[in-house]
Amino acid sequence: MSFVTVTDVFQSYGRRPIIERINVLVDEGEFISIVGASGCGKSTFLRLLLAQERPKRGEVRIDGALPAQEPGLERGIVFQRYSVFPHLTVRENVVAGECFRTRWGRLFGAERKAARDRADETLARCGLDHVADQYPATLSGGMQQRLAIGQALAAKPRVLLLDEPFGALDPGTRLSMHDFLQDLREETGMTVFMVTHDLEEAFKLGDRVLVFDKPRWDPHDPNAYGATITYDFDARDGGIPFQTLQEDTHVLLST
Amino acid sequence: MRLINIKPGRPLAVFLALLPFAAVFIAYAIGSDIRLTENPSDKLLPAPSTIGETALRLMTEPDRRSGRVLFWHDTWASLKRLGMGIGISASIGLIFGLLIGLLPLVRSFLAQFVAVLSMIPPLALLPILFIIFGLGELSKVVLIVVGTLPFIIRDLSQRVLEVPQELLVKAQTLGASSWVIAVRVALPQVMPHLIQAVRLSLGPAWLFLIAAEAIASELGLGYRIFLVRRFLAMDVILTYVIWITLLAFLIDWSLRWTSRRFFPWAEDGL
Repeated sequence: MSFVTVTDVFQSYGRRPIIERINVLVDEGEFISIVGASGCGKSTFLRLLLAQERPKRGEVRIDGALPAQEPGLERGIVFQRYSVFPHLTVRENVVAGECFRTRWGRLFGAERKAARDRADETLARCGLDHVADQYPATLSGGMQQRLAIGQALAAKPRVLLLDEPFGALDPGTRLSMHDFLQDLREETGMTVFMVTHDLEEAFKLGDRVLVFDKPRWDPHDPNAYGATITYDFDARDGGIPFQTLQEDTHVLLST
Repeated sequence: MRLINIKPGRPLAVFLALLPFAAVFIAYAIGSDIRLTENPSDKLLPAPSTIGETALRLMTEPDRRSGRVLFWHDTWASLKRLGMGIGISASIGLIFGLLIGLLPLVRSFLAQFVAVLSMIPPLALLPILFIIFGLGELSKVVLIVVGTLPFIIRDLSQRVLEVPQELLVKAQTLGASSWVIAVRVALPQVMPHLIQAVRLSLGPAWLFLIAAEAIASELGLGYRIFLVRRFLAMDVILTYVIWITLLAFLIDWSLRWTSRRFFPWAEDGL
């Protein structure tokens, strides 16, 4: 059984269909890149995965559980902007990943101390330990996104969703963020969905690349049909598929 | 060089800031001087020195009948009414602002109602308040609350709605309940706006306070001004007006300081 199952999902806003007939099976630990033209429902698909919206038809399940009604602890999210809380310091932002689930949204005593220590570890790994007591507004874009990822990971989600997380960053910062994300992935081995506009980034980071496009197009009414997944590339081994054989071929290799 | 690019240095900026004050003072002094040379017993524009003497007398000498220094009693009575009115408005406004801004159910229930309520001219309600709550302190405080509360509720609920949706979703993915989102995300983010709304409400609050005091009161800055109007005591009126202006300015300044001190992360305007 796959970890994330998306079955026959259809979503529309008003009478305008956005995405239709979406079927995806994702194994635990896979990194899925999602690409496509603007307005092809990539972000809608991510919101459905996040359970911020519920699909009109079809369902999204994680680990066989019932479809979620609202966002929760099992899904972490990093947006392009506004992902960190501006009124909390950098350290408090990471601690929020642990303390927001409590009754009062705060930790006290020894728990608080332990959470702060863990937050400092996370910050050190994100390279943010020197700004722990500053407010996010004083941080650069790349640092804010690192903080957002660190905060999402502090809550230990089962699936991490990234909505164009590096879209607003300059190319150099982007590359270092790629390294950062790849390191984190090797450590945690979590399932990641990332929406991006950058094809190179999609193939570099992803195990699979899903392409959203509109297969049916009515020139008199461009909004008549929704988008769907038109390609599902295997992006491992530099994007050249079928390199690793899935079955035992019983062929004797001559040496 | 374009006019929009010419910025004053520090000394020039201070000079320019003081200029209008000095100009008003000089214009008044000249006007007063012209009238007083024509008619030394003129009461309309007392000389600045007379106002100074009156102010000193009001602040230090006790009233002959009651033996109290009325100036300070007036000030205390007015500030108490103003503080209670604004405090109640701010507290209720904050709670309802959060409820309307965060909960779509409450928004459907109350948003239009508050919008209609805010259209009622508060001074038109003053007779009703006097009838219901009597001529005592309560009706004055209620007038300030009625006059400022709808604005604060509407402003704060709008500000809560302006909290980026991303942050609310993010808090949910961190496992926050509606309650935790309200107190740990929405509340701290609207606190600077609450102070801002209170600062903007202080003008109307003073207006309602003085109106209520002028109509029915025994003590208070507004009451005193309207009382001495009968004797054409311009020196007393002007002293009180300057004092009210100074108080209002100091309250405004301390609120701004509070906002900057406690919410350094919020970008502050004026």
